[in-house]
Amino acid sequence: MNIHEYQAKELFDRFQVPSPKGAVASSPEEAAAAALQFSGAKLVIKAQVHAGGRGKGHFTNGFQGGVHLIESPEQAAEFAGKMLNQTLVTVQTGEAGKLVSKVMVAEAVDITHEYYLAILMDRATCRPVIVVSTEGGMSIEDVAHNTPEKIVRQFVHPLLGLQAYEVRKLTEALGMTGDVAKQFAKLLGNLYKLFISCDCAMLEINPLVTTPDGRVLALDAKFGFDDNALYRHPDIVAMRDKTEEDPREVAASEYDLNYIGLDGNIACLVNGAGLAMATMDIIKHYGGDPANFLDVGGGASKEQVTAAFKIILGDPNVKGILINIFGGIMDCNIIAEGVIAAAKETGLPIPLVVRLEGNNVEMGKATLAASGLDIVAADDMSDAARKIVAAVQ
Amino acid sequence: MSILIDENTKLLIQGITGSFGARHASLSLAYGTKVVAGVTPGKGGQKFENIVPIFDTVSHAVNETGATATAIFVPPPFAADAILEAADAGVELIVCITEGIPVMDMMRVKEALRGSKSRLVGPNCPGIVTPGHGEKSHGGCRIGIAPGYIHKRGNVGVVSRSGTLTYEAVFQLTQLGYGQSTCVGIGGDPINGTNHQEVLEMFNNDPETEAIIMIGEIGGTAEVDAARWAKAHCKKPIAGFIAGATAPPGRRMGHAGAIVGGEEDTAQAKKRILAECGIAVAETPAEMAVTLLARWGK
Repeated sequence: MNIHEYQAKELFDRFQVPSPKGAVASSPEEAAAAALQFSGAKLVIKAQVHAGGRGKGHFTNGFQGGVHLIESPEQAAEFAGKMLNQTLVTVQTGEAGKLVSKVMVAEAVDITHEYYLAILMDRATCRPVIVVSTEGGMSIEDVAHNTPEKIVRQFVHPLLGLQAYEVRKLTEALGMTGDVAKQFAKLLGNLYKLFISCDCAMLEINPLVTTPDGRVLALDAKFGFDDNALYRHPDIVAMRDKTEEDPREVAASEYDLNYIGLDGNIACLVNGAGLAMATMDIIKHYGGDPANFLDVGGGASKEQVTAAFKIILGDPNVKGILINIFGGIMDCNIIAEGVIAAAKETGLPIPLVVRLEGNNVEMGKATLAASGLDIVAADDMSDAARKIVAAVQ
Repeated sequence: MSILIDENTKLLIQGITGSFGARHASLSLAYGTKVVAGVTPGKGGQKFENIVPIFDTVSHAVNETGATATAIFVPPPFAADAILEAADAGVELIVCITEGIPVMDMMRVKEALRGSKSRLVGPNCPGIVTPGHGEKSHGGCRIGIAPGYIHKRGNVGVVSRSGTLTYEAVFQLTQLGYGQSTCVGIGGDPINGTNHQEVLEMFNNDPETEAIIMIGEIGGTAEVDAARWAKAHCKKPIAGFIAGATAPPGRRMGHAGAIVGGEEDTAQAKKRILAECGIAVAETPAEMAVTLLARWGK
């Protein structure tokens, strides 16, 4: 789940992580009011979408740029009018672009130095790791590749939490002294609290900046949340903006299905994440192109299978369907009934290959065979992949 | 021999009265597994299917029945507590089936278990099966959710992050006439109790295990670490498969741990390193067993 820049600022404010002054606006009037509120400071107005490259993007109404310096409340209102309810296209949005429903008016800060600061969950050590670098404002992958000595890591004990000496080591590594060091220490302590309290998987500030007037500010933020922990964070779930997501994935999530849309033409419906990935791989191996990842899970109901089937058939690129079920938890007959119910509801305009194995497989196969539907049965995974690739060609 | 469990293992099931736990407790009983106790707080004193006594706490269940292994089926918000309770009761083997436990919870559990004599397998895993000698491997020890009948007692060890890919490998082996010593699902979460390498070490030391199938996926470095260990220490033939060659980067592919974070944890990179370490890498998931047999010289 991703969040908007203004929502990241809300979280920063709540945990007292200093960031530039700013306010969100949904109308030109609100944008003007925000600009008035911060008058005296140099201000910038930014379109709120889940994509990078906003500054160099363009709106489909012809307006150039999703980020602009503004000099007056009137200008804030004027730019907001050109951005709001318009579609912004950037290098990351794809040609369709993203609808802008909010803009943020924020202080444009002068920068003395740019740093990098991130907190991640490290898989190898099973503990949080804080990553810092004096080389902020650029791709951290490039820094890691070109000057790995400029990246400093500090692992944090899962039960003890962040210690003062650990912060001092990082402050020293960044070459910070005096009041700047004190501000950084406070910011990092609060950021760590945010990371733990909100069940983050990743929290990246690039850049973290010092300013000529002596402040330390988080200038940009990227959040990753642990999906498994969202049940205990209704406030974060409320930040979800479904208009930013693939509508197929939104529909799937409403039925607790793991669906990820891809660009190919062979849809797959599989139980188990590993098998779902492997099914995509074997389709590719035999010369086909998977249209999606879809794991119906271990305890899928008939309703979920029906929903999954409808989502697949709703994708205009899809020219064939491969169902691959190895039932450990799953009852093969439930899959069979779900497929038949869905196919009868939607019709079956494209080839369907089914490979069933596992719990109650005989009954599942019999149910499919007795349905009268035009279903191609497969003996194993290779057979299934070959048959569906041949059918869509 | 086998690893971790055998036909005499006394199993308790935490969450035995939930629909998921109950269904698989029944299947384990039907498989011939010695399910000696269930635990559901508030239902102590009752019996599951009129045979298995239910207790309020794990320590009470262990004291009364001598259970040495537990299968955890409790919902995610309570799973960390269930694991810690089992460790506190001295259960030697804790197998956590539950999917969806927050990473922060597992981080704390993992730290708390350091130095404990309990071994955790999972979470988010299909469990462990040591097949029995009866018809359709009846009489073995089935902990978790795997379909028992696809197994056959034999000499191949299977270790995997994915449940359904484990079944796929086991089924392929059994159809070709090759049985399994033990099949271990280590789970698809980023933080788990037991990793590939630890299971390879156990298979390497197990006289009954003659060959190994190791199944992995994108994300993390566990398969690569295990492969490097195997190159230096493992005397037995290994076949491997890595799922997720077609997965887009940065997307979580169902399993919480199945996400490409960098160049090193892609399927392509892992396959390359496995091959460099002398592991026979299956081209497709349909060829896991035949790839092993070729390497094994069968």
